[in-house]
This record gives sequence, structure tokens and C-alpha cells, in this order.
Amino acid sequence: MELVLAIGIGVLTSCGVFLMLRPRTFQVIIGLSLLSYAVNLFIFSMGRLMVGAAPVTASGTIDPTHFTDPVPQALVLTAIVIGFAMTALFLVVMLAARGVTGTDHVDGREQR
Amino acid sequence: MNTLLDHLVVLPILLPLAAGALMLMFDDRQRVTKAFINVFATALHLVICVMLVVQAANPTDLLAASYPIGNWPVPFGIVLVADRLSAMMVLLASVLGISALVYSLARWHAAGPNFHTLFQFLLMGLNGAFLTGDIFNLFVFFEVMLAASYGLALHGLGLARIKAGLHYVAVNLGASFLFLIGAALIYGVTGTLNMADLASKVATIPELDRGLLEAGAAFLGLAFLLKAGMWPLGFWLPTTYAAASAPVAAVFAIMTKVGVYAVLRLSTLAFGIEAGASAGLGQTVLQIGGMATIAFGAVGVLASQTTARLAGYCVLVSSGTLLAAIGMGNAFVTGGALYYLVISTLAISAFFLIVELLERIRIAGADVLAITLEAYGDDEEDIENDEIGLAIPGALTMLGICFALCVLLLAGLPPLAGFLGKFAIISALFNPHGLTEAAIITPASWWLASLMIFSGFAALVALTRTGISTFWATMSDTPAPVRVIEIAPILLLLGLTVVMTVLAGPVMDYMYVMAENLHSPAIEIGNILATPLVGEVLP
Repeated sequence: MELVLAIGIGVLTSCGVFLMLRPRTFQVIIGLSLLSYAVNLFIFSMGRLMVGAAPVTASGTIDPTHFTDPVPQALVLTAIVIGFAMTALFLVVMLAARGVTGTDHVDGREQR
Repeated sequence: MNTLLDHLVVLPILLPLAAGALMLMFDDRQRVTKAFINVFATALHLVICVMLVVQAANPTDLLAASYPIGNWPVPFGIVLVADRLSAMMVLLASVLGISALVYSLARWHAAGPNFHTLFQFLLMGLNGAFLTGDIFNLFVFFEVMLAASYGLALHGLGLARIKAGLHYVAVNLGASFLFLIGAALIYGVTGTLNMADLASKVATIPELDRGLLEAGAAFLGLAFLLKAGMWPLGFWLPTTYAAASAPVAAVFAIMTKVGVYAVLRLSTLAFGIEAGASAGLGQTVLQIGGMATIAFGAVGVLASQTTARLAGYCVLVSSGTLLAAIGMGNAFVTGGALYYLVISTLAISAFFLIVELLERIRIAGADVLAITLEAYGDDEEDIENDEIGLAIPGALTMLGICFALCVLLLAGLPPLAGFLGKFAIISALFNPHGLTEAAIITPASWWLASLMIFSGFAALVALTRTGISTFWATMSDTPAPVRVIEIAPILLLLGLTVVMTVLAGPVMDYMYVMAENLHSPAIEIGNILATPLVGEVLP
């Protein structure tokens, strides 16, 4: 499972970085989205991977090895919300740029 | 823990949040009401910040400086910390806030929707970033600040702002992801996100995990340095700042300082002398990167063709100086750098406001003309001037005086505080153990000192050129229409630097105690970890 997750994060990150460096605003926004998925998975994996374990502990004395770490799950929720909001904001700027400059190049003009 | 004063630390965050939310209830047609609420909230905010600074300066009251949000016990809940540094930064933010706000009331606040709300949210994000003692909470406040700043950077729209804004948003989104990776790595290794708790755990990290921890810290550092505009991460900065409207750029002057603040806070707290094998992590990067930023900024200052861009490069020079000084890891250098931080932020903010007023009295393209005239020689020196004897209008004189003060501050010339700040840093570089003890001066100190002097010289040349082409070679016949509410904020900012020049002794003492505390964080770490909860009896 670790290997699958690591490869998944790696593929998402490399695609994200590649697309972010492309000259079209649409490619940049897709790249940023992919990158945010990769980062969210990465944060999630920092709580160590466990199968079938709950993040919420029962009352009384418990054995922590039977429970998964709840903090990264809380962090990842925050990160998803913020990342989503920021991407939406970027979309607005992108549309404004497309409308004003008449091109979808990130510099606002086509390369000669 | 019953009066409002006990909650003083959280007020600089709650007040802008409440004011910003309240203003959303009003339509943009009721701009006067909004402006009134905004001015009232920002003025109240200034009072709170002054109280915070007074409280932080009181050494007997150390325990009250940390505030557990929601009354959760400290390493688990989020804690706000208002030590001397945080209190000073919050006060600086609110001073810039009120002056930029008053300035914007002349014209700019009507240039787009929701200016006042965004303005309060920006203040909230700034204050939160300065006050929080939790790494993930820092990320959240960074995002609050950035979201507001995206809106404000685009305030007034126009081609230049949209083009610069697109780059600004993309770069900062990338930086946010780096921040998240760093925070996650640090949590994965140490199991904590509380800065004080992290600091107490860094020394005991097993050797195998140390690489991961340092990688996490490096990712965080990258995100902060991108905000601070360190070379080669700061190319977005001059364009964005030059494109932003004048009052917005004046507040943005402190946004780079947020990055500098975060670097200073984490590097001294978690990677100071008590960090074991990780002590002094990244200092070389800060030194070299900071010096490269100074050099890049100084060349940019000389090469700028518009005054707004010139101001943007001045931001880079100031950032670079601070980063390189922090990289020296010496309490005396840091003390001088903190003084320089306040002065340069006030001066740059005032300069951004002046730039817009200058544009009104000069012909378009005068900057380009100034550079071309210098490069190719002025063939038309003998043009007869019919206006000899014409009295300089009052507004022009006022602007000229303000501009001259800015030049003195930015170039670091005596008698103003810009000189004192640079002098304090350079003096500490050459006497790292104080004036009484002889010490070996490292090559890095020589480099930094000469670069600082060179950058001051570059600023002097460029600004003098701008001044000559604006005030002496102005070709506009009509005197500049400048309103009182436009010149008053500039006078406030510059007046504060004059006050800091006159009171340099006590202010510098405050800074040195602050730097001393930063470089020996053990007491503060203990205090934060022992933050009492409400209703808990102190042992």
C-alpha cells in the first residue's frame, strides 16, 4: 500500500509541476489542482497508513496502536477547503485575464 | 480572566473579522457608512495594538502573553503568543493600515467593490500570522491574508493589475503547497505543530529522522522566502507591487515582512543554539540568498524606469538586508535588523503613497527620459526658462520635503533613522560580541556590510535622479492637486520615523531585549508550554 500511495503522489506531483510550467492558464490551473491532490494525499500519509482503524478513540484506557492519527485527517480537510477556494479564486482571475487580454497565455500575449 | 483585557491577545484578530463581516451586510452604494466603520475599526485596532506592545514590554507579565484559543491545553490546542516581536509587528501592521486607509478615502476606495471588507480581512490575516504559535494555524492565516491580498492586488482592475495578479496568485498558490508539505513533514516526524513544543523536541529527534525534519523545515523556509521575495524567488514582487494601487501597495509593504518574520521566528525558536545537531539550519542559505537579493534589488533600483517599480525593488533590498542579517545568527545583528525592519517598512510604505502623488505632477515617460538623458546626453540644455521667479506651490514643497525624507531613509543617510538602522547592523557585524570584545570578522560580514553600503548608494543615485526629473525638470504647468487626507498619512509615517530617530536609544534597547529573547528562547518555550487555562489554579 505504501508503494502504491508513494507512486500515486509522485505521478500527481510530476504531472502537476509539468502542467504548472506550461504557458496556457488552463494548463496552469489543472496543474495546480493536481498538485493540491498530491499535497493532500501527502498530508494524509503523514499520519502513517493503517487499514480499518478508526480515528476517534473510545473512552477509558485504550491501546493507541489500534487507532489511526486523527490530526492529519483534520489538517487535510482544512487544506482541501483552502486549496479549493484558492483554485476558484485563481479561476476568476484567469477569466478576467482572458477577457481583458484576449488570449489565454499566462503573460497576456502570445509569444512571437 | 474575566475582563476584556485578558483577551487582549485575540482582539487584533477578532476585531477585523467582525468589522469585515459587518461591512459585508452593506451594499457598496453605502460606501460612506462602510468607510466610517472601517476607519473606526482600524483606529480601535491601533489602540489595541499599542496596549499589546505596552503589555509585552512589561517583563513581569510574561504569562499573560500566551493565550490558549478555546481554552484547550497547550501542545494540543492552538495558542496565540504576543511577545515583543509579535506585538511590534502587529502595531506596525496597524500603523500602515490606518495610514493607507485614510489615503484611500481620497479616491481609491471607490475604484472597486468590497475594498473595505478585503482591507479588514487582510489586517486579520496579517495579525493572525504574527500572533499565532502554531504552524498549521500560521498556514491558515497566511491563506486568509493571501486571499484578501489577491482581491486587493486586483483592486481597480486594468490590464497591468490583471496580468501581474495572475502571476501573483499562481506563484503564491505554489508556495502554499510547499508550506503544506513542510508542515506535514514536520508533523510526521515530531508529532506536533505547536512551535514551542516543536522547539523543545528538535534536539531529541532520532538521527534517522533528522533529515526528514530538516527537509520539512526547508520546505517551510522556501514558502516563507517566496513571500519575503528572496532572490531567485522574488521576481513576481516588483511587478505586482508596482501594478497595485497606491494604498494597497503601501499595506503590501508589510507582506514581505511576514515572510521575514516567519523565518526569524522559526529559525530562532526551533533551530537556535538549543536545537542540538540541527542548530543554525539554513543560515548559510539565508546569508547568501539575502546578499544576492540585496545585489539584485540594488541593480533593479538603478535600472527601474518607473518610480513605482523602483519602490518595488526597494522592498527587495530591505528584505535581502533583513534575511542576510538574520542569517548571521547573532543577537546584536538581529537587534539592529529589527530596528531597520520597522524603519524600512514605514519608509517604503510612505514612498508608495508619494509615488502616486508624484505621477500627477510629471509628464508621462519622465523616468525613461531621465535614463535616456543620462545615457545619451542632454542636447537641449539651453532651452530658455520663462518661469524663473514663479513661486513653488505649497503642495509641491510639501511633496518635495516628503520625498527628500524618503530618500534619506531608503538610502540610509544621516541624520534619519535609516542611517541608524544600517549603522546598528554594520557595527554589530564588525563587533559580533559587543563593543568591548575583539573578534574575528568573517568574510560574510565584510560582504554584507559592503553590499548594504552599495545598495544605499544605488538607492541614492536612482532616487536623486527621480527627484531631479520630477521636481526640477517638471514640465507640467499646473500645480499638483494634493488633498490633506492624502498628505496626512505620509506625514504620519515619516513623522514616526523621525520620532524613532529622536528616541533611538529607548527603541533600540527594546529591540535588543527582543533579539536577546529570540536568541535564547528557552524561557519563552517554557512559558508557552505552561500557559494556564481559564479556571485553572496556578501552582
